[in-house]
Amino acid sequence: MQSHILSIILFTPLVGALVLLFVPKENKDAIRWIANIFALGGFLISLPLVPMFWAQRFEPGFKFLEGTPNNWIPSIGAGYNLGIDGISFLLIMLTTLLGWISILSSWTAIEIRVKEYYVWFLVLQTGMLGVFMALDFFLFFVFWEAMLVPMYLLIGIWGGPRKLYAAIKFFLYTLFGSVLMLLGILFLYFHHHTVTNPQVFTFSIPELYKTASMIPFHYAIWLFVAFFIGFAIKVPMFPFHTWLPDAHVEAPTAGSVILAGVLLKMGTYGFVRFSLPFFPAVVSHPKVQSWMIGISLVGIIYGALVSLMQKDMKKLVAYSSVSHLGFCTLGIFALNSMGLSGSVLQQINHGISTGALFLIVGILYERRHTREIAEYGGISNVMPVYATITMIMFLSSMGLPLLNGFVGEFTILQGAFTANWRWAAWAAPGVVLAAAYLLWLYQRVFFGTVTNPKNEKLHDLTPREILTFVPLIIMALWIGLYPKPFFQILEQPVNQIVQTIHDNSNASSPVNAQAAPAPSPRPKASN
Amino acid sequence: MMPMVELTIFALGILLIDLMVPREWKWINAVGAFVGVLFAAFCVWRIQSTLPRGAVGFYNSLWVDRFAIYFWYLFLAGAAIAILMSVRYLDVEDEHHGEYYALLLLSVVGMMCMAAGIDIVLLFIGLELMAISTYVLVGFLRRDRRSNEAALKYMLLGAFSSGIFAYGLSLFYGLSGGTNLVVIARAVSAPQNLHNPVVVIALLTTMTGLLFKIAAVPFHQWAPDAYEGAPTSITGFMSVAVKAAAWALLLRILVFGLWPLRSVYTPVIVVVAIATMTGANFAALTQTNTKRLLAYSSIAHVGYMLLAFVAMGTSLPGSPGYVDGIKGILIYLLVYTFMNLGAFAVITSLRQRNVIGDEIDDMAGLYRRAPVEAVLMLLFLLSLAGIPPAAGFLGKYYIFLSLIESGHYGLASLGVLYSLFGLYYYLKIANAMLMRAPMEPERLPVSLGMRCAVGVTALATIVIGVYPEPFIRGVNWSLGIVQSPHVAAMVR
Repeated sequence: MQSHILSIILFTPLVGALVLLFVPKENKDAIRWIANIFALGGFLISLPLVPMFWAQRFEPGFKFLEGTPNNWIPSIGAGYNLGIDGISFLLIMLTTLLGWISILSSWTAIEIRVKEYYVWFLVLQTGMLGVFMALDFFLFFVFWEAMLVPMYLLIGIWGGPRKLYAAIKFFLYTLFGSVLMLLGILFLYFHHHTVTNPQVFTFSIPELYKTASMIPFHYAIWLFVAFFIGFAIKVPMFPFHTWLPDAHVEAPTAGSVILAGVLLKMGTYGFVRFSLPFFPAVVSHPKVQSWMIGISLVGIIYGALVSLMQKDMKKLVAYSSVSHLGFCTLGIFALNSMGLSGSVLQQINHGISTGALFLIVGILYERRHTREIAEYGGISNVMPVYATITMIMFLSSMGLPLLNGFVGEFTILQGAFTANWRWAAWAAPGVVLAAAYLLWLYQRVFFGTVTNPKNEKLHDLTPREILTFVPLIIMALWIGLYPKPFFQILEQPVNQIVQTIHDNSNASSPVNAQAAPAPSPRPKASN
Repeated sequence: MMPMVELTIFALGILLIDLMVPREWKWINAVGAFVGVLFAAFCVWRIQSTLPRGAVGFYNSLWVDRFAIYFWYLFLAGAAIAILMSVRYLDVEDEHHGEYYALLLLSVVGMMCMAAGIDIVLLFIGLELMAISTYVLVGFLRRDRRSNEAALKYMLLGAFSSGIFAYGLSLFYGLSGGTNLVVIARAVSAPQNLHNPVVVIALLTTMTGLLFKIAAVPFHQWAPDAYEGAPTSITGFMSVAVKAAAWALLLRILVFGLWPLRSVYTPVIVVVAIATMTGANFAALTQTNTKRLLAYSSIAHVGYMLLAFVAMGTSLPGSPGYVDGIKGILIYLLVYTFMNLGAFAVITSLRQRNVIGDEIDDMAGLYRRAPVEAVLMLLFLLSLAGIPPAAGFLGKYYIFLSLIESGHYGLASLGVLYSLFGLYYYLKIANAMLMRAPMEPERLPVSLGMRCAVGVTALATIVIGVYPEPFIRGVNWSLGIVQSPHVAAMVR
């Protein structure tokens, strides 16, 4: 079972979607039960991965390998090749968890075309898992693009008032990045063919790692740009972020949770998995690095400032994603192990806390069908449990110590500071602004007296709704109080990437002097 | 030879049967035609298995090599699916005559001549046979003014371009003294002819005819009107089989015959490719008629295939850019046949007694009226846009790969950007189908033939997309490409 566990995790949601196709669409409750069973099942099946991975966490390379290079389409060189390392392992666990939570949270939110909704959601789940597991570029690209279709349909069919505009904007914008990335992939593939002896056509990522460093700099910079556009649109980095507010606001609640929680991470995952190891000379070039850091800083501050101004709760949270992911990309492009591991951990944290934030907004929206902040006030009087949970997740999102956000942000700022203190100095106000917009939102919505009579009869959270928050709160507290296991999982892949950059780096800059180990003490003796 | 003769006999047989059959039994003609197509496919298979090197016939004017056999299979597949689509459609249109099926089979005969011919006379005869049969088929809805107009436009422009094409071919005859492409190839590669202005004129006039047939800009003006006015099943057939035949003809003449002139025609093709993609994609953005939209999308697809042709023309024979270029064109035609026919099949099924069904608004709410067809249409649209894992991605993959391998990074970037335009207008149809409320919510009755057609094309689109290996091997076989031993060694 161990040798195929990744495929099992990958295809469980798809099997669920196929099973749902045979359930008659009038049976809405049966459909909901089956979908939730498969979503929960998908999460439970991924749990055995935890102890198995934990035992191997210090070993180098990809684990749970499946398939061999070129076994799927030998004529092209594409293989059905799966494998994970620490970074993708954490993201896969996040995906299965958030997938289940999103499907659970849609129980009462979706009343029309229920069957199609769950089918597409489960297909989306498979697509996302495939992106993180793929070790073959062709397979990666298939999952990357295929995953856009269910998301487009989820926004376009079950979304808000401007759903058609938001859906097509999302699809076109993201596809634009993807097709440029395709050209980059094809170039890497062809380059590998020209430099290997005997000449080999393959899309296998570990193989392509080996030849990427031979690409001349003036080609590598264009390839970096091609991949950068693809990933920067996904993250999204300023100025490629304009699809995000529309897509997030118009998507149904569960769609927003998955979009923010997982889909955005694919961009940062792409940077860590592809841009950094394939183009270390380009990335460590001072000018390129400064540009990347600059864009990240703009994203942090700009995202936070725009959030401060919002009148719509969901749009506020959407822009806060831009700000938080600015921190993640700041950590990535600091190019040291603290920044990188902090960034990956913060991606997980963002998934947890922003996923929870969208669920929070969704709870109020389901009851009152409005997201205007002005419509609310004094909600803590009528919904105390909800107010408590909201406060916990808001504190997590703004980075209060003892919760997960602090660990990630602190590590990222530490990494940025080590690379160049000015970068950390510019990023730190982002933390303050996050506190500002979140606490101000909380005050306006929850504190004080109930100003709007329509809010007096709101009922507090149902047990199902509480259940959607419990795992997130547990994870937030766990990572906040005891992040050591997570840093240990990340240590090996992060150090490997930093080592690749160090070995192939460009001009002398402070970043190259960094080979500091990840911030988790462990005995030097190998076990 | 044998399949062509056999198809002709079936066509004539259908004409005879049609005289004897009463109105309610007209579907017998369809059955006859379908059996004829299946029998022809069987004949092609016999040729393939008994003559591994192909055969040359008719005084060296016909060469049934593997390239020809590949295209023959494509034509027959297109014809079979078109017949399945046509039965109920013609009933609703009240034009269910046997001549339709006979003309369909005869046009396939013409296409077979175009794919297998290596003599310019036979190629021209094949072209005209296919074209004239198609002109009549486009105008088959006698009482519909759009159909009449479409047929007239197509015929006039087609006859005009065939004339220019024949003129170009006659110049080549004059230059070489023979009508066989081998002789012509030898003549144009002679040193005194390389800078001969007559050769350039002959090349340009010949290319005019060829580009007209594949509907490349600026010779595309007939396509939107012809596609819109023709009976929808014929539009489907035209967009795949006629296009494939025109490509076979283009490849035969330009690659087999006029390869020494590639430094002259490739720059022309570059300009035409860019113009085609630009014109078609921009024009498709504002269309409200699905048939016209798919017509412009067909023209855009031709633009992409022309890019692969450019990659091929600028690479050394045997280099990756060359191999992937021509593989790309053939694979593109394969996936295009199925996905385009599938899309037209769904549009054809919208034709009911009281609604024509070819506007985008007619597709509104299809998810309610015909849920399976709506989802499969989404599959076809995504495949046309080139989204994996649908088969259309495979075509685009090879096109962009060949461009990168031959060093045309600018053209590759342009190509991917235009495929975004494509997604926009395909999603316009998908939006209407899946996201708008239907005008009348009753179920859409879909006939058995239509279900088979949609089912087969959808299955092909999925299978080729998810497991393309056998089909790529088939294309390799048809082009005589040997798989490199290192790739072969990796096959388990």
